[in-house]
Amino acid sequence: MSTGRVWKYGDNVNTDVIFPGRYTYALMPLEEMARHAMEDLDPEFAKSVKSGDVIVAGKNFGCGSSREQAAACLRAAGVKAVVAKSFARIYFRNAINLGLAVLQCDEAADSLASGDEIDVDFSAGTITSGNRTFKFFPLPESVIGIVQAGGLIEYTKKKLGL
Amino acid sequence: MGQTFSEKILGRKAGRVVRAGEVVTISPDYCLSHDNSAAIIGEFKKIGVPQVKAPEKIIIILDHIVPAADEKYAQNHKTIREFVREQNLPHFFDIQHGVCHQVLPESGLALPGKVIVGSDSHTTTYGAFGAFAAGIGRTEAASIWATDEIWLRVPETLRVEFHGRFPEGVFAKDAVLKLIGDQGADRGNYEAIEFAGPAAGEFSLSSRMTLANMAAEMGAKNGYFEPDALTIAWVKARTLQEFEVVLSDPGATYEAVLSYDLSKLEPQIACPHTVDNVKPVSAVAGKPVQQVLIGTCTNGRLEDLEIAARILKGRKVHPQTRALVFPASRVVFLEALRKGTIEILSEAGCVIMNPGCGPCLGAHEGLLAAGETVVSTSNRNFRGRMGNRDSEIYLASPATAAATALEGKITDPRTRL
Repeated sequence: MSTGRVWKYGDNVNTDVIFPGRYTYALMPLEEMARHAMEDLDPEFAKSVKSGDVIVAGKNFGCGSSREQAAACLRAAGVKAVVAKSFARIYFRNAINLGLAVLQCDEAADSLASGDEIDVDFSAGTITSGNRTFKFFPLPESVIGIVQAGGLIEYTKKKLGL
Repeated sequence: MGQTFSEKILGRKAGRVVRAGEVVTISPDYCLSHDNSAAIIGEFKKIGVPQVKAPEKIIIILDHIVPAADEKYAQNHKTIREFVREQNLPHFFDIQHGVCHQVLPESGLALPGKVIVGSDSHTTTYGAFGAFAAGIGRTEAASIWATDEIWLRVPETLRVEFHGRFPEGVFAKDAVLKLIGDQGADRGNYEAIEFAGPAAGEFSLSSRMTLANMAAEMGAKNGYFEPDALTIAWVKARTLQEFEVVLSDPGATYEAVLSYDLSKLEPQIACPHTVDNVKPVSAVAGKPVQQVLIGTCTNGRLEDLEIAARILKGRKVHPQTRALVFPASRVVFLEALRKGTIEILSEAGCVIMNPGCGPCLGAHEGLLAAGETVVSTSNRNFRGRMGNRDSEIYLASPATAAATALEGKITDPRTRL
């Protein structure tokens, strides 16, 4: 089981601080997007994040602009999942459509702190950190098909028989 | 049991009775995108279909970085223009037209009862005309281009009733900032916000657009005003297309009903760095301001420019302050030009910019240095959004912005009318 570390943030983490608007309309490769992840909230993040790390935040994660890079840059940075009390609706849609796991779990959001070890088991629906285990809110059934297909593009291709 | 506007409109599209919380797969009436169409084209090509499914439903409006600020943006615009020609897309608006959320209604495409999705969070604006209008992501837009379908969760509805009349110096922007400040930036998450009550019908369409636009800042999926005679006359002057007015039933179920008395309101301002950090302007008056921005999809219409001109007429913008004016569209610009509004603003020392998004999203045309403060009529004040991360953005009405430009510090407009 691969274990990552928690990066803990507060409520209302908006898409401008996750991926700044000054880069939004310049098409850039994923690796470059990852280097700007969380730039205006936590300049340390992009420098030190490791594959398998998990962002844990409060309510309304991803509020603001509809920019998809705010989901894509975290996935590209190796973030395994974002655990929050709630997600802004467009961010939630974008994350699913791009294959970034977005998990709703009040208890984990309250209990976990930066630097804690963390692992997520998607099939069991659990988040574990040391001896603590949390159950997360399952995704709506109607969107599981998109996640299972590996994102909306793959899902659409399948639907069109391509 | 009665149904809300959103339940009725999405139910009609789905061909069955639906309730809030259900997920429907529907074919939208329009799918909007802007400069981000270049990224959408990339996603669309990954799907592998040669032609878009319904070209007449695709609306592309270049507004975010216009004219192109550097060669990367220039290449994006070029890619988009080539795709538009190749796919024969009828609703393409190049850089001269203005901000998408103004241009789309002006072109007779925001109609009552239509379902409009857009790859921009402020797509909610078209709820001002009684449309169901929601923001989506780029990948989703690409999927709609290929399939003409999208999944949508039928939203619960929060009803906000307005009563009374605005006092002098208080406007729609102040009402919506007060609402967001009281309720919080996530109060409307996943919900529809229905703006109603006796005062809602007295709002101009321009003011209704300000409220529906800012519904996104409460996390809402869509905003909605019941179409009335004013709406019908406005849209009929711009299209011959058929449309159907869809209203919430009297017995519809609301998640909550809030009530606001406009007559008790004073000018409001959203302080750094969240839109729900709202205070009365009087509480922060006196803070020095280096830049003022009047414009954007929130407040760049004729009535907004006119109120600014009323305050600035025959006076000068403070020497320590820069004032940028971005009319929301070419149509607005021309109206303001013919009425002399542009002349008044220019005489006062405002910089008249081209219709477009300008520095609102932080890409070009007037960004802030570290330590600078802007009072903007736009809709977001997140850290770093309009330039350096150590600059500060305050959001206010055009009246507050104009009074501030005059004094060089945050100023309650009621002292300057």
